Amino acid sequence: MDIYYESYRRMRRIRIFEERAEECHANGEIPGSLHTSSGQEAEIVGACMALRPDDYMVGNHRSHGHPIGKNAEIKPLMAELFARKTGVCGGKGGSMHLSDFSVGSLGETSIVGSGMPVAVGAALGSKMAGNDRVTLCFFGDGASNAGAFHESLNLASIWSLPVIFLCENNAYAVSTPAAEAVSVANIADRGVAYSIPSEIVDGQDLEAVMEATERAANRARSGDGPTLIEAKTYRYAEHAVNMGRILVDRGEELEQWCSKDPLVLLRKKVIELGGSEKILIDIDVEVATEIEGAIEFARSSDFPEAATAFDDVFIGRVESFRDFSTFE
Amino acid sequence: MAKVSFIEAIRQAQYEELERDKNVFLMGEDLVCNVFGTTTGFLEAFGPERIRDTPISEEGFVGAAAGASMVGMRPIVDLTIASFVYPAMDQVCSIIAKSRYIYGGQAKLPLVLRMCMFYGNANAAQHSDRPYPMFMGMPGLKIIVPSCPSDMKGLLKSAIRDDDPVLSFEDGTLWSQKDEIPDDKEYLVPLGVADVKRKGKDVTIVAIGGAVPLAIKAATIVEADGISVEVVDPRTLVPLDCETILESVRKTGRVITVDPAHEACSVASEISAMIAERAFSFLEAPILRVTTPNAHIPFCPSVEKNLFPTVDRIVTAIRSVSN
Repeated sequence: MDIYYESYRRMRRIRIFEERAEECHANGEIPGSLHTSSGQEAEIVGACMALRPDDYMVGNHRSHGHPIGKNAEIKPLMAELFARKTGVCGGKGGSMHLSDFSVGSLGETSIVGSGMPVAVGAALGSKMAGNDRVTLCFFGDGASNAGAFHESLNLASIWSLPVIFLCENNAYAVSTPAAEAVSVANIADRGVAYSIPSEIVDGQDLEAVMEATERAANRARSGDGPTLIEAKTYRYAEHAVNMGRILVDRGEELEQWCSKDPLVLLRKKVIELGGSEKILIDIDVEVATEIEGAIEFARSSDFPEAATAFDDVFIGRVESFRDFSTFE
Repeated sequence: MAKVSFIEAIRQAQYEELERDKNVFLMGEDLVCNVFGTTTGFLEAFGPERIRDTPISEEGFVGAAAGASMVGMRPIVDLTIASFVYPAMDQVCSIIAKSRYIYGGQAKLPLVLRMCMFYGNANAAQHSDRPYPMFMGMPGLKIIVPSCPSDMKGLLKSAIRDDDPVLSFEDGTLWSQKDEIPDDKEYLVPLGVADVKRKGKDVTIVAIGGAVPLAIKAATIVEADGISVEVVDPRTLVPLDCETILESVRKTGRVITVDPAHEACSVASEISAMIAERAFSFLEAPILRVTTPNAHIPFCPSVEKNLFPTVDRIVTAIRSVSN
């Protein structure tokens, strides 16, 4: 039962983190664009719970949930959205790059598809180093049309690499429905072109995603190569929040998906299995307090100093071009 | 000391670093068959895991090098012809150049991308590019453009040991050059240090890659007219050793920048601007650029050869700034 409680905790963290981030974005505290994962919590946490803490993970532009799924500390994530120096990336990355390397993340990259070759390379590194770490690569239906997807699956297959390609098919690439943009009925159908075993799972069902990812991780660890998993899921929000207008009229579709809300489904399951309602309520309270604490932490943190713009272009300061002092 | 060719210098640098560090590996197209002669004996010595032939999949394997470097490996990617990096531009510009920055220093990407610039050989426009200047405009990438075998070897070894991503642009017009290189596995040329290839007092030529031997020849020709030319080779474009260039300019007051790249936004342009900003009061003549005009490289050899910097064009420029 503990794994359900812990999964619920992380899913709840994602949901509340996103809801509060949207509010702080609306009131002007969070700058830039904000891509939220509400609705996708089960596939995120299900996949992450199937991994070991030392396994690697690569995310994308819609990646607030991924580090939370892998149990990252919340405060530096929220502070990053607030562009503070205490942020996980020191205020350099923001919403689209909310990557916490301490939990195995190797980046959340906002050019759609560009993280996939990186995941392949991490898996190659694990294989060459002779360790049994696997790499979980999150990507969306939109990325599956990019060349990087196809090159990555081909390389992972011919080199038999320990990588799990987990497609979060949330039905839209910005405004373009997957049904109009993808040449096959399911993204999973593309596995066969690369001799990669694939399966389709209900992305709103935590256990289904967890079990599929475990099977894939076992295959990867035993040297049997990559797996392609397609989790059918849905994002509740627009592509990015507060874009000023609704990009797609989704009609009743949104309501239908909300009726299969992953948190509601998991609560029901826990109760059915004889779990404690009180523990779930306690988790809700605990998470609410935790997220508020993270917001307070972010608000009370300083912005990075202007001269930090020149840090981490390279390891150490490279002085060949004009730096801040000559721009003042 | 042994006399070795430019190609052999590349081979030795890679071999020695593969031998020195088990995390170094080589990846690219047609390495096992040793298409350019830079991997002679590698497969036998290091095996197919570390001498890794790839499919024609530049975006995939350049990105894979980035991922492997983030988990502790030190890949050298042989892209063969420089323009083959274009299919991988997203990985170079959005992942390799920016990952350390956007993740606030959490990532480290010790990798080398090797690219040969195969111009002047009737290979037409798509195979004749010298694209290093465009990467100078992308922060986060170190860039070497060696002009002789000893620099090639020493800089490539430093690049492989460097913890930042390094692009190595290797000038194909230099391949047959031979040079003495110390028999020392710790022979390194540091990144970011220019070299004065010829001492002089009247005119400074800052030359890039294959233009360096041309500049030296031109300097020898005008010596008969009593013009003493200093030739400065930056060797690395990022970091750029501005001080060595400026020191020469302050001495001579007359400057020519010679660069085989296309003129617009060339390294010649960048260095000229830097000199104009920082040493204007020392200048006694306008800075001249000798570059390749902004036309594509045609197939026909007799038309092609006139486009790149030549000894004659450099001599004309020297006389012009000396008047």
